[in-house]
Amino acid sequence: MLEVRTLSKRFGGLRAVKDVSLDVPAGSITALIGPNGAGKTTTFAMIAGFIMPDSGSVRFAGTDVTRWRPDRIAALGMVRTFQITQPFAGLSVAENIRVGAFLRHHDVAEAEARARDVGTRLGLGPMLDRPAAALTVAGRKRLEVARALATEPRLLLLDEVMAGLNPSEVNEIVALIRQVRDGGVTILLIEHIMQAVAALAETAHVLAEGALIASGTPRQIAADPAVVEAYLGHGAAERMARHG
Amino acid sequence: MLRYWPILAVVAALLPFASSSQFLVNLAMLTAFSALLGQGWNIACGFGGLTSFGHAVFFGIGAYAVAIMQTRFGINPWLGLPAAAILGAAAGAVLGAAAFRAGLRGSYFALVTLAFAEVFRILANSLDITKGGLGILIPLHPSLPNFQFADRRGAYALVLVLLAVAMGIAAWLRRSRFGARLVAVRENEDAAAALGIPLVRTKTQALALSGAVTATAGVLYAQMFLYVDPNIAFGAERSVEMLLVAMIGGAGTVWGPVLGAIVLHLIQDTARMLIDTPGFAPMLYGAILLAIIAFLPNGIAGLRLPRRRSAREEVRRA
Ligand SMILES: Nc1ncnc2c1ncn2[C@@H]1O[C@H](COP(=O)(O)OP(=O)(O)O)[C@@H](O)[C@H]1O
Ligand SMILES: [Mg+2]
Repeated sequence: MLEVRTLSKRFGGLRAVKDVSLDVPAGSITALIGPNGAGKTTTFAMIAGFIMPDSGSVRFAGTDVTRWRPDRIAALGMVRTFQITQPFAGLSVAENIRVGAFLRHHDVAEAEARARDVGTRLGLGPMLDRPAAALTVAGRKRLEVARALATEPRLLLLDEVMAGLNPSEVNEIVALIRQVRDGGVTILLIEHIMQAVAALAETAHVLAEGALIASGTPRQIAADPAVVEAYLGHGAAERMARHG
Repeated sequence: MLRYWPILAVVAALLPFASSSQFLVNLAMLTAFSALLGQGWNIACGFGGLTSFGHAVFFGIGAYAVAIMQTRFGINPWLGLPAAAILGAAAGAVLGAAAFRAGLRGSYFALVTLAFAEVFRILANSLDITKGGLGILIPLHPSLPNFQFADRRGAYALVLVLLAVAMGIAAWLRRSRFGARLVAVRENEDAAAALGIPLVRTKTQALALSGAVTATAGVLYAQMFLYVDPNIAFGAERSVEMLLVAMIGGAGTVWGPVLGAIVLHLIQDTARMLIDTPGFAPMLYGAILLAIIAFLPNGIAGLRLPRRRSAREEVRRA
C-alpha cells in the first residue's frame, strides 16, 4: 500500500530524517515509534506532501506521489492527522467533519449525513453541534480522526492520537482504531508510548535521531537492546540486564 | 426583534420608491451601493480570509471598462456590464494565481493587493486609453437602453438588484460545498489541505468571483456619476471603505455588509455634520477599523452569534 524509500530531510544543520525506508502492507496496522524529536512527525509530513523531502521517494497504491501536493495525495486516498490538533476553530464539530466528507460527496445533504454518521461512530454524537473549540483534548483527537475518516481514505496516517489521553480514553481509541482497520482502512500510526502500540500494531518501526534502528513485531522490538537504549539513554540496556 | 432586522431593512430599502424626496433616494442608493461594495469584498475576504487592501482594483477595472467601451468603441453599457464582470474575474484570477502560488498570505497578501491597485492607479494616470489624470467623461444621454437614469430611483433599483445578486452569492457560499471548503481554508490552511482541498485553486476562484461582483459595482458607479478618474477608480480610500463595511457588519455573513453600510453611513454623515475638514474621512476610517479589531472582531453580526463568539473565546483560553 505504502512504500517509503530512503527519505531524508535536513533542517539547517540538523538531519531530522536520515534514509528512512519502510513498507505498510494493505490492511495492516503499522506503527512508527521513537522518542521525542526522533523525526516521526517530519517523516509523516514528507509522506503526506506537507514537507518536501531532500531525497527519497514515496509510492502509494502503486503511484509515485513524491513531491505531490497534500490535497492531491488526500484525493488519492492517503490522509494524515496532526499531532498538534488543527480544528477549524470557528466551526461546529459536525461542520469540521463535513469538510472531510466533502472530498468524496459533492451533495451537501449527503456530506452532512455522512459527517454526522462518522462523528457519532467516533463518540462525538453529543458534541456534533457544539463549537470544535469547546472539545477536550481527547475530543479534539477524535475530531482529527473523524475528519480524516470522513474523507474515506484507503490509508490513514495517525500522529500521536493517544498522547495526552488518560488510560480509559486510550482504551477507547485503541478499540476505535481496530474498528477502523476492520472497516478496510490501512493504518500507519505514530506513537511515543510503546505500550499503546503493542496492543495494536502487527509491525513497528523504531526511529531514533532521524534513523530507523529496528523493525519487527512489538514484542521483538521491546526486547531489542538498541531500542531500549534509544528510549532510556546510553547504557540503559546493560543496567536493566544487570538488575534483572 | 433583533433577529428580524433584515425584514426592516428590506422595507426601509423599498420606502424611497414611494417618496419623491431626492435626499432620501440618494441616501438609500449610496448606502445600498456601499453594501454592494462590501459584499464584493466579503465574498473573498470574509468567507475566504483573504485580507485584500486593494479591492479598488476590481472596482476601477469595472468602471474604466464600461467607460472606455462606450466612449471609444460605442459599445452599449448593458453589454459593458457582463464584460466588466468578466474582466474583474480575470483580474482576480491572475492576481490570485500569482500571489497564492507564491504562498503569500495575511499581511503579505494585503500589501501585494495594495500595490496591485496602486499600479493600476498609476497606469490609469499615464495611459492614453484612460485619458490620464483628466479621467473619462461619459456623455449624458439619460434613457434606460443607454443605462442612464433620469430618475434616481431607476439607478437605485438597479443597485438593489445587483446587491440582491451579491447577497445571493454570499447565501450560496454559506450553503454550498465550495463555500464550506473556502471557510475551511480561512480557518486552517494545513487542515484544509490535509482533507483534500486545493488551496491555491480554491482561493483563486474566490478572488475571481469577488472581482466580478466588485467590478459590477464599478460599472454602476460609472453609469451613475458619468465620470471616472484614477483616484476615484483605484484610490486606497475605496478599498478601505469596502473592507470597513464588511468588517463593521460582520465578515463572512450574508447580511453583515448591509448592516455595515447602514452603520458606516450613519457615522460618516453625523461626523460630516460635526467636523468638516479635508482628510477627515481617512482618519475616521482608521479609528473605526481600530475600534472594530479591538472590540468587535466578528462585527455587529458577531453579537448575534454567541456560538461563534464563544468558540473564539475558548480558543483564546485554551
Ligand atoms: N520545521 C522545522 N524546522 C526546523 N526544525 C524542525 C522542524 N520540524 C521539526 N524540526 C526538528 O526536527 C526534529 C524532529 O522533529 P519531529 O519530526 O517533530 O520529531 P517527533 O515527531 O519524532 O517528535 C526535532 O529536533 C525538531 O526540533
Ligand atoms: Mg511528533
